[in-house]
Amino acid sequence: MSERPRRIEITEPVEITVDGNSVTAQSGELLIDACERAGAYIPRFCYHPRMTPVGMCRMCLVEVDTGRGPALQPSCMLPVTPGMAVDTTGPAVAKAQDGVLEFLLANHPLDCPVCDKGGECPLQDQTVAYGPGESRFVEEKRHHTKPIPISETVFLDRERCILCDRCTRFAKEVAGDPLIHFIDRGSNTEINTFPGEPFSSYFSGNTVQICPVGALTAKPYRFKARPWDLEEVESTCTGCSVGCRITVQSSRNELLRYQGVDSDPVNWSWLCDKGRFGFESTQSDARLGEPMRREGGQLVPVRWSDALNAVASSISAADPNRVAVLGGARLTNESALAWARLAKSVIGTDHTDAQLGDGLPADAVLDLPGASIDEVCAKGGTVLYLGPDPKEELPVLYLRLRHAATNDKVHIVQISPVGTGLSPYAAANLHPRPGESPALVSALLGGEVPADGVAGVSADDIRNAAAMLAGVEELKVVIGRQNLAESADVTMDAIGVIRSACPSATYLPALRRANVRGALEAGLAPGRLPGRATLDAPGDWSERWGSVPSATGLDCEGILTAAAAGRIDVLILLGADPLSDFPDRELAARALDGAGTVVSVDPFVNASAARSADVVLAAAAFGEVDGTTTSCEGRVTVLSRKVTSPGTARADWIIAADLASRLGADDVALDGAEGLWAELVAASPAHAQVSTDSLANPDQADGVLLDLNGDGFVAPERLVLPAQNSYSLRLVVNRALYDHGTLVGHCGSSSGLANEQSVLLSSADAQSLAVAPGDTVTLTAQRSKMSAVVVVSSLVPRGVAVMRHNLVDADNSATADPGRIVTAGEAVCEIRVEAG
Amino acid sequence: MSDVPRIVSSRFETEGSHTMEGYKSSGTYAGYEQIRAALALSPDEVSSLVKDASVLGRGGAGFPAGVKWGFCPPDVWPRYLVVNGDESEPGTYKDRILMERDPHQLIEGCLIAAYAIGAAQVFLYVRGEMAHAQERIAAALNEAYAAGLVGKNILGTDFSVDIVLHWGAGAYIVGEETALIESLEGNRGMPRLKPPFFPAAKGLYMQPTIVNNVETLANLPWLLSHGVEEYRAIGTETSPGTRLIALSGHVNTPGVFEVPQGTTTFRELFEDERYGGGIRDGHELKMFIPGGASAPWFFPEQIDLPLEGRVIGGAGSMLGSGAVVVMDETTDAVRACLRIVRFFARESCGKCTPCREGTTWEEKILQRILDGHGRPNDLELLLDVADNISPGPYPAASHPDAGLEAIPFPPKQTTICPLGPSSVAPITSAIRRFRHEFEAKITHRDLIPVAAAPMGEGD
Repeated sequence: MSERPRRIEITEPVEITVDGNSVTAQSGELLIDACERAGAYIPRFCYHPRMTPVGMCRMCLVEVDTGRGPALQPSCMLPVTPGMAVDTTGPAVAKAQDGVLEFLLANHPLDCPVCDKGGECPLQDQTVAYGPGESRFVEEKRHHTKPIPISETVFLDRERCILCDRCTRFAKEVAGDPLIHFIDRGSNTEINTFPGEPFSSYFSGNTVQICPVGALTAKPYRFKARPWDLEEVESTCTGCSVGCRITVQSSRNELLRYQGVDSDPVNWSWLCDKGRFGFESTQSDARLGEPMRREGGQLVPVRWSDALNAVASSISAADPNRVAVLGGARLTNESALAWARLAKSVIGTDHTDAQLGDGLPADAVLDLPGASIDEVCAKGGTVLYLGPDPKEELPVLYLRLRHAATNDKVHIVQISPVGTGLSPYAAANLHPRPGESPALVSALLGGEVPADGVAGVSADDIRNAAAMLAGVEELKVVIGRQNLAESADVTMDAIGVIRSACPSATYLPALRRANVRGALEAGLAPGRLPGRATLDAPGDWSERWGSVPSATGLDCEGILTAAAAGRIDVLILLGADPLSDFPDRELAARALDGAGTVVSVDPFVNASAARSADVVLAAAAFGEVDGTTTSCEGRVTVLSRKVTSPGTARADWIIAADLASRLGADDVALDGAEGLWAELVAASPAHAQVSTDSLANPDQADGVLLDLNGDGFVAPERLVLPAQNSYSLRLVVNRALYDHGTLVGHCGSSSGLANEQSVLLSSADAQSLAVAPGDTVTLTAQRSKMSAVVVVSSLVPRGVAVMRHNLVDADNSATADPGRIVTAGEAVCEIRVEAG
Repeated sequence: MSDVPRIVSSRFETEGSHTMEGYKSSGTYAGYEQIRAALALSPDEVSSLVKDASVLGRGGAGFPAGVKWGFCPPDVWPRYLVVNGDESEPGTYKDRILMERDPHQLIEGCLIAAYAIGAAQVFLYVRGEMAHAQERIAAALNEAYAAGLVGKNILGTDFSVDIVLHWGAGAYIVGEETALIESLEGNRGMPRLKPPFFPAAKGLYMQPTIVNNVETLANLPWLLSHGVEEYRAIGTETSPGTRLIALSGHVNTPGVFEVPQGTTTFRELFEDERYGGGIRDGHELKMFIPGGASAPWFFPEQIDLPLEGRVIGGAGSMLGSGAVVVMDETTDAVRACLRIVRFFARESCGKCTPCREGTTWEEKILQRILDGHGRPNDLELLLDVADNISPGPYPAASHPDAGLEAIPFPPKQTTICPLGPSSVAPITSAIRRFRHEFEAKITHRDLIPVAAAPMGEGD
């Protein structure tokens, strides 16, 4: 595991003596950390720098003299005090360490030869370094049933457990899912779940990583490799846009495991399970090893030259204004640059959009003054949260926000249509009616508060929350798409309100897909050029590229609408699957049917490609390409290649360059991926700090933030909402961590974790509709209707019905998706719910 | 018994002493008049009274209660008073009698203490197994609430206190104050590390909390009624007052006795007709435990020591919770040792490694020796395992015949709380004194006949 050297800024020095050497520590620093920085590593099992110390394992006992004579003290519980003298190696310490290890091994099965942890096991390592040579324990050891599953992915071997409280502390303290606990007492103490309640936490994999023995193992890695056979490289998880740093480990050219890296500005060594086990999709048998072309209605393998020639001739034959490129968030920054150039210069179309109608327009991402995750979570701050449920969409951001609220006195005022995973930790939770958050934000930030409240929120609740926001100098705002059945204009409108009421506020865009920010920064959005240049202010991009489009193109919704109307001859899906991802599923289907040639560039045959693609170009997946990625906060980090792609699948930028040369442009990626990045760094002031050299600096392994001082945001015109009919509910469509997306669907251990589709109602609405949980109801929207099974939830306020995007029903049918009744372009989606 | 002052046990033999009527009409002071007297003083004056009287904690450590009260950081509110009624050390049953026979005395003590420290909320934590005590306290609390003696505006003053009765779930470790606090908070009863979690500073719900033993608080009404002078006239300068001794084992008349602290000797306790009435049936004293199962053992040479904490500590043991267990010459030292070690092994909470693994290992070795499977190096192993729980020389009584000096209390520990080191007490005591009994079992595989005669009928 890559451990970052611990850095600490010493502002209040405390002088102590460690093994006779004088050491300067920071006031309040724990002795175990101060000694480690001074080169005197103290062995430990229960201590973890990211969790509250508990002093349980007693391995870190050292002799401490604070003037009253030396005494054995747990160094993980002891803050340094001036003049403290510490002996970390003396005979009393050695005897205590020896004793503790002997105790730990007394009931440990010593099945190291068949244990996954063997070779990277702290118990093994410290026994060699500090322990007794042989055991004096001749009694029978404690016995438990060998590994028992405590969730779909995690197994527990209680015989190996040394009861260090790391996993249980993590579950309770970090994840807030206290589903595992100590049971029984004395040497019969064991870790287990509550009966019938599995450890179904989105963060369960972290317990496997921090377990100091082989007691917790994860299904995807069990018995796959020995640690000494693993090769590893540091990279960034691309499961979502948080950008957690990971080590990617492989053996025999196969990805086997990701481990979280303790990246201080981002993930603190934690990962969510979706990200952690996401490598399974790279190894999936469904990966494309060669390009495909539709012949006789079937996709059949073809040679690269045939596939590329087919695509190039379709493009050549089309008017550039009838070619569109959708997607790009799956790509590296470099590939996004290559595709932006291919689209905007070589082909000459501005119909590009890295978002699929489920994010925020590029203006909200690039043109606002930015706030990093660290800034949002800074001690004592105040956050206005207008983003999606972070536990479901950006799990590690949720961990950071949860920690900020519970440990660092950060006040979060959450405005969301329904309760979220963050609600228990927010200082205030306000649930405006869908579409009406701008009015609520206006009332909160100094506007008038009518006696009957705003947007369905009571005047008292508004005043209480407004008091928390009043006078805040550095307001941090998290923005995102909370409701896919609500137009992005609602969020844009709310941002406009905040901009005028609180000009000093800074913004963190909480976007879902991994490199959506990088793709937008590369220019894959209508009217945009790389490095925040625009068609109106193109800088020197027309010289660099030879040409740029003359008029602003269409966004995703516009492209799909045009395609449905037969106005798009070539639709290129760049890792995009509009049929699964676009909120209006019916429009996506009509667009795929109405487009001329559909080209999919993807590691898999996704749902859209299976339905309509004429050519599928096999792309390399995560772990197979070098490059960089940009997280939602604007942090550029290095992605590393660890394995080779299956068959002839290749990197997206190579595909772009190949196509460009077939279209007569030979110079798109002459200097490879690095050349593409170097050009951006040279041309874009916002990227000036992020050169390849600076990213290679070991001190900047956590990545480099872009310049976040965007200021070009222009507030849109205020939305006018239709008055709500008293018979109708407003639909909220949000996301679950596990859905039927392409990557999760190809992860063996996560694919079964998605819930069944249902409609969530408040108990009041369920009562007035005379429906009970489990009943089937009909949802009628303006355009069409569908049925769903009722779940009553306390997270849902009155007047709202909630469905999850991209889940299937019990019959595994996608007809249960709310995308069937959501109409793109409508500000809100009014529905009528009826029993039967 | 007229010469023995009755501070806390004055109603033990009175019919109906557990009712409010009984409390008010019997005993050596007027029940529920003492809280009235306390309320006439300022809280600081009540604290000083307790400090001046040097009321020592009766839970085991013997720390002066008035001094402990002073450890609450000023101006941090709310503060809590927690009453430790989780008496579960083998041999200890004095608090149980106090709670069963005189619950109102405890309630009045709680009120006085709550007034002195400024607590508006008292938690009375009673051991899970003591159903009778719980019922009696519950009934007494109902009476006291109905009479306006507990609750809002007590006796018409602006002093208000709620007393909550909490039933434990049966874990010895919860008698340790920080584990008790964890349990009270609804968590698993596991001790917190001191520092930083000294209850007076960071206790229940991380607020300043005073944890007092039942008997300590039961002393307060008498103290208010009779005054410091009279209190200090009993016992010695450093250990004034009386204390309850739970005498058990091989004496003719075991029971709970109130004796003056500091002046009474173990000989008096065992032989006096008012107390133990002699070693049973004319047998000889082999050893005794002066302060509960966690105290190192004493032997006939220590019988004339007085019940004075500092003296007993210097002699290598402790007075602890006032549980004296007498064993005569029919007792098998190895078996007695195992019996106590097994208790600690089963009651270890499992939090820290040396206690969790070490106590069970000790139990297994002792069981093996008793089963006739001892190995020649088992005693050294046992002592070394014990040393890894409690490093360095363990407190022990002197052994003049072997030329061994006493090793004074307390022991050192590699553990969080004293439970693990407590398991070492019987081991070092027994091996130091009766090594030959162990060796006989190991080398000769002899099973020394256990001659311990049955206890008296009904016991």
